[in-house]
Amino acid sequence: MVDVSDTAMPSVEGGTVVAALRARFGDAILHHEVQAGDEHVVFILASRNVEILRWLKEDPDHRYDLLQDITGVDYGGGRPIQVVYQLWSITHRRSLRVKAELPLDALEIDSATTIWAAANWLEREAYDMFGVHFVGHPDLRRILMPDNYAEGHPLRKDFPLRGRFSRAEQTRRALDFSLEDFYTPADLELAGLRPHADALNPPAEGKDAGAAAAGDGEAADGAPDGASR
Amino acid sequence: MSTRTVEYAVSRNPEMGVDGRPVQVPTLPAGMEPDLRGEHMLINIGPQHPATHGVLRLILELDGETVVRCTPHIGYLHSSFEKLGEYRDWNQIVPLTDRMDYLAPLIYNCAYAMAVEKMMGIEVTERCKVVRVICMELDRIFSHLLWLGTTAIDVGAFTVFLYTFQERERIYTLHEKFTGARITTSSTRIGGMMADLPEGWTDELRHFLNTFPRTLDEVETLLTKNNLWIGRNRDVGAIDAETAINCGFTGPNLRAAGVPYDVRKDRPYYDYETYDFDVPIGEHGDCYDRYLVRMEEMRQSVRILHQALDRLPDGPINVDDPRVILPPKTDAMNDMESMIHHFKLVMEGVKAPAGESWFSVESSKGELGMYVVSDGGSKPVRWRVRGPSFVNLSVLPTLVEGHLLADVIAINASLDIVLGEIDR
Repeated sequence: MVDVSDTAMPSVEGGTVVAALRARFGDAILHHEVQAGDEHVVFILASRNVEILRWLKEDPDHRYDLLQDITGVDYGGGRPIQVVYQLWSITHRRSLRVKAELPLDALEIDSATTIWAAANWLEREAYDMFGVHFVGHPDLRRILMPDNYAEGHPLRKDFPLRGRFSRAEQTRRALDFSLEDFYTPADLELAGLRPHADALNPPAEGKDAGAAAAGDGEAADGAPDGASR
Repeated sequence: MSTRTVEYAVSRNPEMGVDGRPVQVPTLPAGMEPDLRGEHMLINIGPQHPATHGVLRLILELDGETVVRCTPHIGYLHSSFEKLGEYRDWNQIVPLTDRMDYLAPLIYNCAYAMAVEKMMGIEVTERCKVVRVICMELDRIFSHLLWLGTTAIDVGAFTVFLYTFQERERIYTLHEKFTGARITTSSTRIGGMMADLPEGWTDELRHFLNTFPRTLDEVETLLTKNNLWIGRNRDVGAIDAETAINCGFTGPNLRAAGVPYDVRKDRPYYDYETYDFDVPIGEHGDCYDRYLVRMEEMRQSVRILHQALDRLPDGPINVDDPRVILPPKTDAMNDMESMIHHFKLVMEGVKAPAGESWFSVESSKGELGMYVVSDGGSKPVRWRVRGPSFVNLSVLPTLVEGHLLADVIAINASLDIVLGEIDR
């Protein structure tokens, strides 16, 4: 690991973007290091991540247009969790790693979905695995673990390898499922397994009218037993 | 024998009476506008469905036969590889990597080893570089062949599957002779390979390379100008270049949309810049272009493999570094120093200095990134895999919206996903 000051940049390409970032965002750029020879890592203030990332994507001199990865790193021992953005510029053929550190008691950062559509699932995975809340994400659900998973966030260092519950409890929970674990409320409503909430209080606009009608019709005919939970 | 009368339970449909005629009942509460787009229907595909290429589950909201909304559910194959990796030393992770993408296991083995070597600052030997290029290009063909066969089955052309699987079988044999396993190859080690190429292996590979393009030609005559194949694929699931980049598409899917981004060309590793090969580019970004791009990629891989075999240098395959590579068995038995290295490597594993590295290669499915973080111990703090299929699949809802239900199968097949890597 090499800590690099502003004056000595081993790689000109990576150095220019860091200098530009510092010139534009000042204190929001916390520090910069070079890893594994040529990988530039920039630590930024978590509260200004969207602003900085959007500039990195849209500035014509940099254009980091491909979001390769969003992930987290937990070093354990109560240290902050890092949110890692790995960027690549197809135009300029450069990569950059941007990191934001979040303390364990405030795992919240603004979502990058407004900048890259690719952030959607990557952020869901980071939320699922590390419990980082991406504020403004359109659909922040668990993605790899089941929706009803109650044992926490598996890639955190405080999570035991075999999970928190005993094997018997894990099996019992896996078998004791409800429809809500497999379908979203909107899906259940569409399938007629759940009456539309608005059917009781009709909304001012008839937006969901079709779905509501289908729900009523099927429900009147007797929904399957599984739905009565 | 009397005639049996069957009564259809038409009353289950709320809009029909017992006689089957529509009944005029108010289906909407008073004051609510009817939804003129018609009733939507929800159908569930998977997780056990042959056309989902694994355990992918799609929930589709249909309007008639048109897809309004698609919600993929993944995680049915989740094995928590990244967590398991944190409890294993650097070399023990290699077997986990090939279980992710079991369609191109050698690429994953190599990519992982390359990431760790980059972090540790190890430069592998010239022979190892060429051998790994051979491994990766061979498995690109291996994976594309499976994609070709199963995609053809998905849209109704069965014959191609038999052709491609015969060829895959020959690659399986090459895998087996080199690594001892057909799928779970675990062939790389930090600093080199598990073993050098066996005697005569390169001749067999050369024979495969000389005969395999004929099969490809036959498949092309079956598909490329086939009216049904074109009808099922052309203009289906099209995506433009800008959206494709924004959605994180990589690999053949991105190149089919007209973006010439190939890690082998843009960020060359292992002297890829010295190989003479072309990167095929599509222009429409639809399923048909994705097919054409992959077909051409296989031919280009054959070109690279020929060049790699021509330049394959002699010499050691493993680096001469006792920190990472086990000494030869005879040395370990006769020489105290080697014995100590052997003991420490087996008991403690390779120790990587503190640091991190994000290394990506061009896998058969797209950009495969390996992110490794070390705190100086023999186990990683974090081992992250940026799976190309994972990101490619996240675009599926955008691609299928507005298409017919049957196109969902064609589009999903054309993305070339592997669930082992998506769910990890």
